[in-house]
Amino acid sequence: MAIRQRLRDPATQRWLRIGVFVLLLAVAIWAPFFFAPFRVFQFSRVLIFAIAILGLGLLTGFNGQISLGHGAFFAIGAYTAAVLMVKVGWPFLLVVPVALVITFALGYGVGIPALRLHGLYLALVTLALAVVTPPILKRFSGLTGGSMGLTIPKPQPPEWTGLAADQYLYFLGLIAFIVAVVLARNLVNSRIGRAMVAIREDPLAAQTMGVNLAQVKTLTFAWSAMYAGMAGVLFTWTIGFVSPESFTIVLSIEILAALVVGGLGSIWGPLLGAIFLVFIPNISEDINQAAPGIAFGALLILAMYVFPGGIAGLARRQWGKFLMGGGDAPPGAGAVGRTDRSEAATKTTEGRPEDEPVANTGHSEEGAP
Amino acid sequence: MTKHTRKRALFALLLSLALFAAACGDTRDDDGDTGDTGATETDSPTDGGTETATDGETAAECPEPSTGITADTIKLGGTYPLSGPASAYGAIGQAVQAYFEYANGELGGAPGAFEGREFEYVIKDDGYNPPNTVEAVRELVEQEQVFALFQNLGTPPVAAVWDYVNQQEVPQPFVATGASLWGLNQEHPWTIGWQPNYVSESRVYAQYLKENHAGSTIAVLYQNDDYGQDYLNGFKSAIEGSDLEIVAEQSYETTDATLDSQMTNLAQSEADVFFNITTPSFAAKAMGFDAQSDWNPVHLLNSVSNSLTVVGAVGFEPLQGIVTALYLKDPADEQFQEDEDVQNYMEMLAEYGPDLDPNNGFAVYGWAVADSFYKLLEQTECPTREALQEAWGNLNDVEFAMALPGITMNTGSDDRFPLESMQIATLQGETWELQGDVINTREVFGPVSEAVGDG
Amino acid sequence: MELFFQQLINGLATGAIYASLAVALVLIYRSTDIVNFAQGEMAMFSAYIAWALTQAGWGFWPAVIVTLIVSFIGGLAVERVVIRPVEGQNELTIVIVTIGLFIFFNALAGWIWTFQVRGFPSPFPQQNVDLGPVSAGIPSLGIVAVVAAVVGLLFLLFQRTKLGLTMRAAAENPESSRLVGIRVGWMLALGWGLAATVGAISGILVAPILFLSPNMMAGVLIFAFAAATLGGFDSAGGAVIGGLIVGVSESLAGTYIGFIGADLKIVIPMAIIVGVLLVKPEGLFGRPSVERV
Repeated sequence: MAIRQRLRDPATQRWLRIGVFVLLLAVAIWAPFFFAPFRVFQFSRVLIFAIAILGLGLLTGFNGQISLGHGAFFAIGAYTAAVLMVKVGWPFLLVVPVALVITFALGYGVGIPALRLHGLYLALVTLALAVVTPPILKRFSGLTGGSMGLTIPKPQPPEWTGLAADQYLYFLGLIAFIVAVVLARNLVNSRIGRAMVAIREDPLAAQTMGVNLAQVKTLTFAWSAMYAGMAGVLFTWTIGFVSPESFTIVLSIEILAALVVGGLGSIWGPLLGAIFLVFIPNISEDINQAAPGIAFGALLILAMYVFPGGIAGLARRQWGKFLMGGGDAPPGAGAVGRTDRSEAATKTTEGRPEDEPVANTGHSEEGAP
Repeated sequence: MTKHTRKRALFALLLSLALFAAACGDTRDDDGDTGDTGATETDSPTDGGTETATDGETAAECPEPSTGITADTIKLGGTYPLSGPASAYGAIGQAVQAYFEYANGELGGAPGAFEGREFEYVIKDDGYNPPNTVEAVRELVEQEQVFALFQNLGTPPVAAVWDYVNQQEVPQPFVATGASLWGLNQEHPWTIGWQPNYVSESRVYAQYLKENHAGSTIAVLYQNDDYGQDYLNGFKSAIEGSDLEIVAEQSYETTDATLDSQMTNLAQSEADVFFNITTPSFAAKAMGFDAQSDWNPVHLLNSVSNSLTVVGAVGFEPLQGIVTALYLKDPADEQFQEDEDVQNYMEMLAEYGPDLDPNNGFAVYGWAVADSFYKLLEQTECPTREALQEAWGNLNDVEFAMALPGITMNTGSDDRFPLESMQIATLQGETWELQGDVINTREVFGPVSEAVGDG
Repeated sequence: MELFFQQLINGLATGAIYASLAVALVLIYRSTDIVNFAQGEMAMFSAYIAWALTQAGWGFWPAVIVTLIVSFIGGLAVERVVIRPVEGQNELTIVIVTIGLFIFFNALAGWIWTFQVRGFPSPFPQQNVDLGPVSAGIPSLGIVAVVAAVVGLLFLLFQRTKLGLTMRAAAENPESSRLVGIRVGWMLALGWGLAATVGAISGILVAPILFLSPNMMAGVLIFAFAAATLGGFDSAGGAVIGGLIVGVSESLAGTYIGFIGADLKIVIPMAIIVGVLLVKPEGLFGRPSVERV
C-alpha cells in the first residue's frame, strides 16, 4: 500500500516515466548489436510503421478524423525519396525535407475538403485516395519506373560509425521515431493540441470557445500526412525498392488496424501496433501455413476483444488499477459500454498529469445521441 | 465485472507473451545453430556458421559444401503469395512442396553430387507484397540459411530482392515470373528464370498469325503492369514489318470488378484477332464476354490462364477454337491419358499433395519446375552454390517432367533463358489440341534483346 | 452513338453489381452504425455455399434457398458471436473486427475451396438481348431487376411493418428502445442476418459474371463503398443510385476521356464522390446529421 501511495505521487510518476523511457531507449540502442542483421531489419520495419501509425494517430486519436488513405502519403514520401535519389542523384538525407514538404502540402490540400466530411464519409473518401494511387504511379512510368518499380541504392554508413548497413538504417529509423514522438508530444501538449482534443470532444463547443476549427483540423491533417511521408522515406532507404504493388489499399488498412490494435491517443500505442503488424503474420504462418489469413484474421479479432482500447490502453488501465489499489476496475475501464467519454473522465479523476495525452478514440460526432 | 476483467487480463497476458516471443526470439525452433546471436559486424551470412559435414561420396576435388547443405539435407526456401489477392499462385508452392516430398519418398532425396541428402523445403508467405518478400527472403537466407532460393514468385517481388540475393551470392534459380528482364540483365548472375518469357510467348502468337491469319487486325487486352506490358511490347516488335496491325488496345487494373467496358471498346474495333493477356479470373471474364457477344475474333489466350480449369469455368462449348501456346502437358488432355509422365504425376500428386487439384495449371507448373530443379541438381558437379550456378548456365537439351514432347531446357553463355519454345494449340471439345510443330522462338526471331523488354 | 449507349448499358450493368453489395452495406450501417468491411467476403462465402450444394447434386433453386437461410443464420451468428463482445466499444474497434473477419473469410474460403476460378450456374440464360442498336446481357438485366425488388422489399419492411420500425428504433436510439422493452441486441443481430442474406443474393447474382473465387468481391467492395458513400450511407435507394452513377461514370470515362483511359477510369467516380460530398456531405440521399452543443 505504501508503495502504491508513493507511486501515486505526481513527482514519482514523472521520475518513473523518465526512468522507463531511458531504460527503453537503452534497450533500443543495445538491440541492433545483439540481434542478427535480419532481426535488426525487422525492427527497422517496426519503426517505419510506427512513425506512420503515430501520424495517423494524431489525426484519428486527437482530431477524431479517420483516414483510410495514409498509404497514399506513405507512397508519395517513398516515391519522392526514390525518384530524387535514383533519377536526380541526390544524397539520401537531402530528400527528407523535400518529401516532408510535399506530403505536408498534399495533406493540407486533402485536409481542406476533409473539413466538410464526417467520420465515415471522410474515411471512404480517403480510401479513394489510396485506391487511385497505384494506377497513377504506373501512369507516370518515366518518373516512377512504372510497374517495374525503382531500385534504390541503400544509404551506406559512414566509415567512422563502424556500423553495418542494417544497424545504420535502424538508427536512422530510431532517430526519426524519437523526433516524431517528441514533436507529437509537444504538439499534443501545445495550444494546438488542446484545441485538437477539444475539437474531437465537441467541435461546436470548441468553435464557440474561439478555436479556429478549420485551421487546426487542416494543419493536423497536413502534419499527419507528413509523418506518413517520413515513414515512406525510411521505407525507401530500408527496403531499397519501390513499386506500386507495395502501396495498395492494404497498406492503408494495415496502418489503421495497427493504430487501433496498439491504442489510440497514446505514444506507445503506435509502436505496439507496429510490432503486431510485423510479427503477427509470422506467427499466423506458423499456425497454419496453408492459409495464414485464417489465423491472422482470428488474431486480429482476438486482439480487439482483449484490448478494446488498444494494447497501450489496457496497459494503462492495469497500471491505473494497480495504483488505485487493485480490486475493482475504475469506473468505465474494463466495462463494456461506450468507453470514450467515461474513460476520459476516469483519467482526469486519476489526476493524470497533463503530459499523458488522453487515450481516446475516433469520431465523436456520431457518438452523441 | 471483475471476472470479466480477469479473463481479459489473462488473454492479454497470453497475447502479449506471443508478441514478446515473436519480437525477441525466434518463433521457429529449428534454427538454433545458425549463429543467430552476436552476428553483428557483418551483413553477410554466406558460408558462415553452418555445420559443414563433408560427404565422402562427393568427388574429391569438390570444395566444402555450401551453406544449407548438411550431411543428410539440402535446404531450399521459396516465397509465394499464400494470402491476399494473388493467393491463387500459392498452389505452385504447394506443388513444389509435394514434389520434394515425392523426391524424398520415392527417389531417395536429391540426385548427383547431392546424393544421400533429403530435401528440406521452407515456404514463406509474402502476399505478393515486395517489402514482405524482402523480409521473407532475408529470413530464408540469414536465419534459415538455405542453400538456394527456389523459387520467388512475381515480377515486383523478385525485382525487390534480386540485388540483395546477388550481393549475397545466393542462387535464385527459376524465378516464377516470365519477365524478360531476368534473362536480359547481365548484372545478376545468381538469378535465372525458367518459364518461356512473355516476349517469347508473344512471338509464338505472332508467328502463328503470320502463317495462318496474314493481314489480320488485332485487338489487345492486357493487365496494366510489367507482365501485360512485356507481352504487349514483345508482340509489337514481333509483328513489326508484317501486315499484321494492332487496331485497339485496352488495359485493366487488378482492382477492376468487370471488364465489360474494355471489352466493348475492343469489340467496337471489329478486329479479326483478340489477344487476351490476362490472369485467370480476368481471363474468365474476357472469355465470358467473347462467348456471349456477336464479335467473333480469333481468340489468343495467354498461357498464364490456359489451364483447362479456367476455360472450363466459362464453359467449353462457346469457346471452341480459341488459341493458346503450351509448353507443359495438360493432365486433363485425353491424348496424354496413357502417358507415363502424366500418370506418374497424377499418382504421385495424389499421394504427396492430396489437397491439390491435379488439373490446376499452377499445380502442373509447380511439379514441372520442381522436376526441372531436380534435373538441374543432376547436372551440378559439386554441392556448392557456384557449381549450381555454373550448371544452370550450361543446360543442353535437358528434359523434365510434364514438358511437351520437343520442349527441353537450353542455356549457354549468351542465352539465359532456359525455355524459349512453345507449341500452338486450339480448344477442341474439352482439351487443347496441339497444332503444327514446336516453335523455337530463338531460332525464328533470334535472341530477345533489351529493345524488346520494357526495361 | 451506338458505342455510347452500349457503354451506358455496360455501366448500368456493372453499377447494379456494385449496388447489390452496397445495399447490404447500408443495411448493416443502418442497424448498427458501422461499416462492415467483411460484407463482400461474406457474400462470396455464401456464393461458395450455393456452389458447393449444386456440386453435391442439388438443384439450383433449392441450393439458393438453403444458402439464403444459412446466410441469414450465419449473419445472425456472426453478430452474436463475433461482434457482440465488442458491442458498445467505439466504432473503430468494431470496424477493425470486421477487417479481421474479411481476412478470415477470404482465407477460409481459399482453404476449403482453393483459389481456383470456378464457373457458377446462372439463374438467367447466358445470352444477350438486343435493345435497338445495343445489346445487354440477360444476367446483368436480371441483377438490375432483383436489386430493385430487394430494395422495394426492404422499403416495405422498414416503413410498413412493426418489425422494421422496431429495428430502426433499436439502431437509432438503443437506450430509449431498451426502456420501452425492445430487445436491442437481437434487433442488431437481425440487421446482420438481413444484411448477410442480401449479401448472399448479391454473391449469387454476380458469381456467374465475375466467376467464383475467394477474391471475387474484393474489387466490388471498394466500388460498393463508393456507391454507398455517394448515395448516402443510410439510404438503400441511394446506394442503388450511387452504384449506377459509379458504374456509368467509370464506363464512360474509360471510353471517352482520352488521357484518362482504362487505367485511370477509377479516378472519375472517385472525383464525382468527392465533388458531391463537398456540396452534400451526407451523400445524395443521406439525412444530414444534427450537431448539438
